[in-house]
Amino acid sequence: MSRKEQTPAQISTFTMMMIFIVLAISFAAIILAIQAYSVYENQFAAAYLTFIGILGIALSLYTIMQVRRRLARLKIETPPVITTIECKKCGFKSVREFQRGDYVFKEVEPCRKCNENMIITAIYREFKEKRKETTFF
Amino acid sequence: MMMLQGLLFELPGGGDVFSQILTILIYAFLFISLFYGQKIQMHLMLKEIEGSLYRLKYIRDEGRRIAIETIKEVGKPQKDPTTMVDRFLEYFTIQPEDMDPAGIVWKLEHILDVRDARFKDEVKLLAPEADDVQINNLENTLEAAMALNYIYKVIRHYYLLGKKTLSLYIIMQIQMILPLVMREAEAYASALKAFAYGQPIGDGIGPLVAAKLMHGYPVRKVAKDCVVAEVPIEGRIAYVIKAEGPGGNVGKPGDAVKAVIEENEGKIASIIMIDAALKLEGEEVGEVSEGVGAAIGGPGVDKFKIEETILKYRIPINAVIIKEDIGDAVSPMRKEIFDSADKAIERIKQVILEKTKEGDKIIIVGVGNTIGIGQ
Ligand SMILES: [Zn+2]
Repeated sequence: MSRKEQTPAQISTFTMMMIFIVLAISFAAIILAIQAYSVYENQFAAAYLTFIGILGIALSLYTIMQVRRRLARLKIETPPVITTIECKKCGFKSVREFQRGDYVFKEVEPCRKCNENMIITAIYREFKEKRKETTFF
Repeated sequence: MMMLQGLLFELPGGGDVFSQILTILIYAFLFISLFYGQKIQMHLMLKEIEGSLYRLKYIRDEGRRIAIETIKEVGKPQKDPTTMVDRFLEYFTIQPEDMDPAGIVWKLEHILDVRDARFKDEVKLLAPEADDVQINNLENTLEAAMALNYIYKVIRHYYLLGKKTLSLYIIMQIQMILPLVMREAEAYASALKAFAYGQPIGDGIGPLVAAKLMHGYPVRKVAKDCVVAEVPIEGRIAYVIKAEGPGGNVGKPGDAVKAVIEENEGKIASIIMIDAALKLEGEEVGEVSEGVGAAIGGPGVDKFKIEETILKYRIPINAVIIKEDIGDAVSPMRKEIFDSADKAIERIKQVILEKTKEGDKIIIVGVGNTIGIGQ
């Protein structure tokens, strides 16, 4: 990566050019299809050209989506980490976001109900499955 | 196809020229793929590696940035730590020679001790205001940043080498392992964040189980960075051992187990080790399973020591493991893993009831990084 330093958030110009060319050809194909249908009344050619046009557009849209997905994936996600605080005496429980310095079994501020010191009993992150995978195994 | 061509190429402005062009194109394509197919494939592979390399670079830079920011925040150094961090990222450790492997464990242990001491000194210089817990966490953070730096550099090396030599062998090799390398890099990236904040990670399930068992009982230090508590469980006396929290460290469970066994002159009925283990794809996260043997990873020094000691006194050893994947092991602890601690404790009690008699003394070791977990 010595010569052309490129930030990952850029789409390469080559890809962009290709997408534009494919899009242009696809639109031309569709215009030709309309022409073939209305002027020359060649239904078969019209269908063929329409197919090419739609395929081209679909492909370029797919590529754009792919690139966008890749850009979105670049960010390192930080899932929320949750701290649970409990009062051993009366069972009072509160949940809040993790703060720097929290650790499991740390004594924190006194309980709002009975003034006993509360302790942190759990720190974990809620994991959300991005997409449900259906497997039969 | 002929009919289709015939129909298609009677289009406006087309005539027969179109079909000729198409035929030529098809032949050209055939020849190109025949003679240059491999070259094209190679360039595609290189492109793919390049894409991953960008991401690796991004991850590494993010890691470095987070490390520097954390140092500035908790360590409050007088001067900018950037140059020192950059120097730190290039540190290396040389493995001892294994041509004559007898006694290599002690050599390795010594080198790891020196490395650890060196890291601690360096971190103290970097972050003069940090307390012991924060120093441990910073050390872990920097180690993760080091790993990311190393991964990036190795992949870059093979990428550039592949580009230079255009050797399919080199390019294919790197392209094939790339998905696994990326997974590992992502895991280190989330580990780095967890370390920077001091959040418990999936690997900490062993210490968490130990902490849950020993919480409320007097705790004393044993060996380096380890603590032990005497806990009555089911009419037995359990010496529960874990690394000293909540700073990020794994302690020296090998030394701790040895010390406790020797304190009791070898009269230990059983040892139970709890550790996080890599799950196979398809297995459930947080699944608890049971077996025999020393459940401990790392460079092998502690495993060796435990096995030596239990062999000397002929003590049976059991293992309870909690399944998780590499990503879970080093990122903030998932709820499923946290919840499995209670299941693991049930398993431990079951093992104790089955394998020992009332009044016996046993050792329970929670193995792993205790970051974010006290006792
Ligand atoms: Zn209360």
